[in-house]
Amino acid sequence: MTTNDFIQVAVFLVVLLLLIKPVGSYMAQVFADAPNRVTRFGAPVERLLYRLCGIRADEDMGWRRYAIAMLVFNMLGLLAVYLLQRVQQWLPLNPQHFGAVTPDSAINTAISFASNTNWQGYGGESTMSYLTQMLGLAVQNFLSAATGIAVLVAVVRGFSRRSSLSIGNFWVDLTRSTLYILLPFSLILSLLLVSQGVVQNLKPYVDVPLTQHITQVEQLKDADGNPLKDAKGNPLTKESPATVQTLPMGPAASQIAIKQLGTNGGGFFNANSAHPYENPTPFANFLEMLAIFLIPGGLCYSFGVLVGDRRQGWAILATMLLIFVPLAIGAVAAEQAGNPALHGLGVDQQASALQSGGNMEGKETRFGIAASGLFTAITTAASCGAVNNAHDSLTPLGGLVPMWLMQLGEVIFGGVGSGLYGMLAFAVVAVFIAGLMVGRTPEYLGKKIEAHEMKMASLAVLIPCALVVVGTAVAVMAPAGVAGVANPGAHGFSEILYAVTSASNNNGSAFGGLSANTPFWNVLTGLCMFIARFPLAIAMLAMAGSLAAKRHVPPSAGTLPTHTPLFVTLLACVVIVVGALTFLPALALGPIAEFLISAH
Amino acid sequence: MKRLILNSLAMLVLMTAILGLLYPLATTGLAQLLFPAQANGSLVSRDGKAVGSRLIGQSFTEPKYFWGRPSATAPMANNGASSTPSNQGPTNPALTDAARQRIDALRAADPGNAAPVPVELVTASGSGLDPEISPAAAQYQLARVAKARGLEPAKVQQLVARFTSGRQFGVLGEPRVNVLQLNLALDALAKQ
Repeated sequence: MTTNDFIQVAVFLVVLLLLIKPVGSYMAQVFADAPNRVTRFGAPVERLLYRLCGIRADEDMGWRRYAIAMLVFNMLGLLAVYLLQRVQQWLPLNPQHFGAVTPDSAINTAISFASNTNWQGYGGESTMSYLTQMLGLAVQNFLSAATGIAVLVAVVRGFSRRSSLSIGNFWVDLTRSTLYILLPFSLILSLLLVSQGVVQNLKPYVDVPLTQHITQVEQLKDADGNPLKDAKGNPLTKESPATVQTLPMGPAASQIAIKQLGTNGGGFFNANSAHPYENPTPFANFLEMLAIFLIPGGLCYSFGVLVGDRRQGWAILATMLLIFVPLAIGAVAAEQAGNPALHGLGVDQQASALQSGGNMEGKETRFGIAASGLFTAITTAASCGAVNNAHDSLTPLGGLVPMWLMQLGEVIFGGVGSGLYGMLAFAVVAVFIAGLMVGRTPEYLGKKIEAHEMKMASLAVLIPCALVVVGTAVAVMAPAGVAGVANPGAHGFSEILYAVTSASNNNGSAFGGLSANTPFWNVLTGLCMFIARFPLAIAMLAMAGSLAAKRHVPPSAGTLPTHTPLFVTLLACVVIVVGALTFLPALALGPIAEFLISAH
Repeated sequence: MKRLILNSLAMLVLMTAILGLLYPLATTGLAQLLFPAQANGSLVSRDGKAVGSRLIGQSFTEPKYFWGRPSATAPMANNGASSTPSNQGPTNPALTDAARQRIDALRAADPGNAAPVPVELVTASGSGLDPEISPAAAQYQLARVAKARGLEPAKVQQLVARFTSGRQFGVLGEPRVNVLQLNLALDALAKQ
C-alpha cells in the first residue's frame, strides 16, 4: 500500500467520526418520546399527513400490530413497483420508449427494492423509464430505508421502555425517518453531487458526433434471440461504422443521493457508482462513501442516547470499526498488489507519482486503488451494494473481503436501521455466552435475556447464514444456476456464492459477470431477499415486544458491563466466529482456491 | 385489517407524491438553477455544437490521438447508452488475452517504444466510459502523438498539462488526464 492509500482511508474515518455525534444526536431527537424543537418544527406537516391517511398518531402499538403495519405497508409498496414496471410502456416520462419488464425480473426488482437490497438484474439506462425510476424505485429507496430505521427504533424502545405493552407507532416512526432524516439529507447530498457533475434533468438521451469514427461489432442473432454461430462455433458478427455517441440523461442525482444514504445501492445507470454521470469526481466518491456510513454510524450514537447511556452506543460503534478497519485496509492492499497474471506481459502495475498502479481491471482512473478498495469495503460492510468498481474483477483476496463482510450478517454498520438491530441480536447472543461462562442469567441494558429473546436473536443471526448456505448449494446443483456463470474455475463458484450472499444479506452488489436476469436466478435471489428482510425484522420486533414488557433490573456486582473494551472484544469475536465457522469452507472453494492458483 | 390497508394505501400514495414527484422535481429545479452545465451532462462544444461530454470517454484508435481506457461496452467501445465493465475475473484467460491484444495494438501504433505499458491502458474501466487516463499513460503515448502530428513533444506536453488534474483537495482520488478534451485541443491546434 502507498502512503496516499493510508491517508485516504484515514481522512475518511476521521470525517466520519466527526459527523457521528451531531448526526446521531439529531436523529435521537427525531425519535425522542417528548416533543422537542426538531419534531415541533415539522408537526404541522406530520399532522396533515396523518389526517389525510386516517392514521391515529397517538396510538401506541404492541409488537404484533407494529409488525403487521410494517408488513402490509411494505407489501403494498412491493406490489406498486411490480405493477409500475409491467405497465411503464403506457405511462408518460418514458422518452426512450422502454417496454414492459418481464414478470420474473419485475417481481425480483420489486422485492429487491422493497427489501432495501437493490439487487439489479437489469441495466437501468436500457430498461426502466424515468417514471418507473422516480415513482417506483426511488420511492422504495426511501421507504425501505425508513422501514429499517422504524424497526430499529421499535427494538430500541424494547430496551428503554419498562413494563410496557407497546413499542411505538409504526406510522410515526416511518414518517419521521422519511421527513426529518432521509429527505433533507438527500436533498443536500443530491445538490452536492450535481455540483460535481451528476446529471439531473428530464431530457431524452443526447446524441453527439464522435470525434473519431469507430467500428461497432454486432452479434448476429436468430429470430429467437439466440446468437448465430459459424461452422467452427465462433459467433457470427456484423461490422458497421459508428459515428455517434449516445449520452444518457435523467433525474439521476436525486436517486443516487438516497441510494447511498438509505444503503440501497441500486444504480441509476448499469455501471452504478463507476459511471461518470453517477460518480464523476473523487470528491463525489468521498461524499457517496460517507453517505453510506452516515446514518448507520449515527444511529449507534442515537441508540446510546435513547437507552440513556451513550457509552453503549460508542461500544457498538467501536465493535463495528474494530472489524471494518482491518478488512478495509486488506481490500486496498490486495488491489494495490496488482494481478500476477499480467506480470509477464510487460505491464506496469507499480504505483508511482504518475499512476495508481495495482489491479485496474474494472476500476476508474479517477478513483484508482484507494478510493475503489475503500468503497468496496464500505458498500459491503453496510448493506448498500452500490459499487464504484467491478467486484467481479477484484483480485481473489480483494474479492474475499466484500464477500465476507456481507456474510458477517450485514451488522458492521449494515443497512440503515437493520444493521444496528442485527448487531443488537449479536449483542444479546454475546451477553448470553458471557452469562453461560459465569452461570448467571444474562442481562443487556437492564433487561433480563431469557429463552424467548434468545430464540429470536438466534433466528436473526441464523436466517441469513442458512439462506446463503442452502441457496448456494441449490444454485451449484441446478443446471440453470451454473448456466449464468461467466468466469471459469474457482472464480465461477465465487460468482454464485457472492450472488446468494448478497441477496441473503440484503446487500445487492454482485460479481456482475453472472447472468442473473433469468427466471431461475430471479426466483432464487427474490426468495433470499424476501426471507432475509421481513421474517428477520419480525423476529426482532417480537424480541422487542417481550423486552418492553419486562421490568428494569438495576445493575449489580455480577452484571457484565456492556460498554467496556472487554465486551467490545467479546462482541466482535462472536460476530467473527459465527461468520468464520459458517462460511470458511465455502470461501475455501472460491476466493481462497483462486488466490492459491493465481499466486502459484 | 381493512382500515390498516386503507391507511397503508393512503400513506403510500402521499409518500409517492412527496418522494417520487416533489423531491426529484424540486431537485431538478434547483440543479438546473444552480449548476445547469453539470446537471445537463457537462457537455463539451466545438463551434457551438455539443461534441461529447467532459465526463464520458470516447474511443480513439488512431496514432494521432491519445487513447483512453479500454472499454467493454457493446456493440462498440464507450457506448454511452449501455455502461458495463468486462466482469472478467483476475485468473480468467480471456483477461490476459485481452491485455495482450491491447499491448500489441499499442506497440503496433508506436514501433520502437518498448517501455512497460501503464496498467490502465491494458485494463477495461469500471463503467466502460472512463473519460480519463493517468499521467503515466499520457506520457507513454506522448512521443507517438507528437510524431504522428509532426508537433514538438514540448507543445503536446503543454496541452497534456492543461488537461491534467491532480488529486482533489490534494488528497482524494488520483491524478488524471481528460482524453477527449486533450484530443479536441490537439485537433483545434492542427486547424490553426
